[in-house]
Amino acid sequence: MTLDFSPAWAGWQDLATGAATTVEVTACSLVLGCVLGLLVGIGRLAPQRRITFGICTAYLTFIRGTPLLVQLFILFFGLPQFGIILPAFACGVLGLGVYSGAYVSEIVRGSIQSVDRGQMEAARSLGMPYRMAMRKVILPQAFVRMIPPLGNEFIALIKNSALVSLLTIDDLMHEGEKIISVSYRSLEVYIVIAFIYLILTSATSLVLRRTEKALRADGRV
Amino acid sequence: MNEAIVMNEHIVSVRQLGKSFGANRVLQGIDMDVQPSQVIVVIGPSGSGKSTFLRCLNGLETAEEGTVRICGHALVEHGKMIDESGLNRVRRDVGMVFQSFNLFPHLNVLHNIMLAPRSLARLSVDEAESQARALLAKVGLAHKADVFPGTLSGGQKQRVAIARALAMRPQVMLFDEPTSALDPELVGEVLQVMQTLASEGMTMLIVTHEMNFARDVADTVVVMDHGKVIEAGPPAQIFSSPQEARTRSFLQAVLSRESIL
Repeated sequence: MTLDFSPAWAGWQDLATGAATTVEVTACSLVLGCVLGLLVGIGRLAPQRRITFGICTAYLTFIRGTPLLVQLFILFFGLPQFGIILPAFACGVLGLGVYSGAYVSEIVRGSIQSVDRGQMEAARSLGMPYRMAMRKVILPQAFVRMIPPLGNEFIALIKNSALVSLLTIDDLMHEGEKIISVSYRSLEVYIVIAFIYLILTSATSLVLRRTEKALRADGRV
Repeated sequence: MNEAIVMNEHIVSVRQLGKSFGANRVLQGIDMDVQPSQVIVVIGPSGSGKSTFLRCLNGLETAEEGTVRICGHALVEHGKMIDESGLNRVRRDVGMVFQSFNLFPHLNVLHNIMLAPRSLARLSVDEAESQARALLAKVGLAHKADVFPGTLSGGQKQRVAIARALAMRPQVMLFDEPTSALDPELVGEVLQVMQTLASEGMTMLIVTHEMNFARDVADTVVVMDHGKVIEAGPPAQIFSSPQEARTRSFLQAVLSRESIL
């Protein structure tokens, strides 16, 4: 048996556009995930606010307790039953973003709680309201600590984004499958796709490591 | 201004202050009155409730019983705490210095001091900065304005923390064991700043183990044990002729340690 990579090479332009779509979907979901994660993470810091805490916990439990694929299918195939028809791209971003928001929220909560209690006390003792202290004192410190676990989450998101190919989005995975469907060179194409995903994830982790290093540079955090 | 009336008014007034942590009654009915410009030093064995008492005066701990009036605010009224926005107003008038400094590590020294006045007192950048530089000069750290707290010694950190608290122009300053986390040779520089502050007429409540400082600077020394004030009076009286046996044994233990040093 011989390996024949020529169909994969011949389709490089399609794979490149697919990879661009993957980056696009991931980047959009990332933004959504971070915004959601920040809100939910902060919402779960105060159990005495029962309604906020309850909603945030319910969201977290549902999202983490059910498969991402099922969540994506609910959005893409389920919602049209109620006349809610979202474009595939929107479904993909929404599904991935909401999914990753759950994990980001736990990262946010953990990082905030890892900031010394005295920081909040010092800020409050100066007369700052809770939210202002959170925004100006706690979050800037928590943010630096979030970077390593967020990096892992981003990488997971890039890999999970392959699932949106099942929603007809022409991402890297989908473009690869189109090449396979005409060339029957599954192994070779999948190897090439895997390699491209590897480049995307490695680049991400490199950028994040650099960022963290730069932020920690003068021993501030 | 009618100074006689102002002088007679208590800037801090505490009645029957009580608080428990679970089954442990850490404060059992504290009474205290402080006049403007008075320096009160609170001493007592560890676990006597000194720090908790101090933290009740700016609402970092929630008092459960009694009444606390401070700087004209009804902070606690018959065991009921003032609302959140009221609490934030109280805290602007009551500065606090912590044992562990709690400087903001992500901001340089200047911005540590400017943050609260900029965000709360709505000072312009120029006003806040010139005030911060003046305060830094006052605590002898004008040359450290641009460095980050991580590079400072403990004594320098605490002096910046004092400047940060002063930047809100408080009427009362609370010091919660301000020198306990310091290396012995750095204690003096912090105490000196506090002494200057006292001589300028700042009202101060200080929890400390520095007995010499208490003797030299305090107007009143308050001895606490098991959540109660067991004795209070001028330092000369407390240190030379304490009335309570518990005060005597506490002072004996502390002062013998100091003479060894």
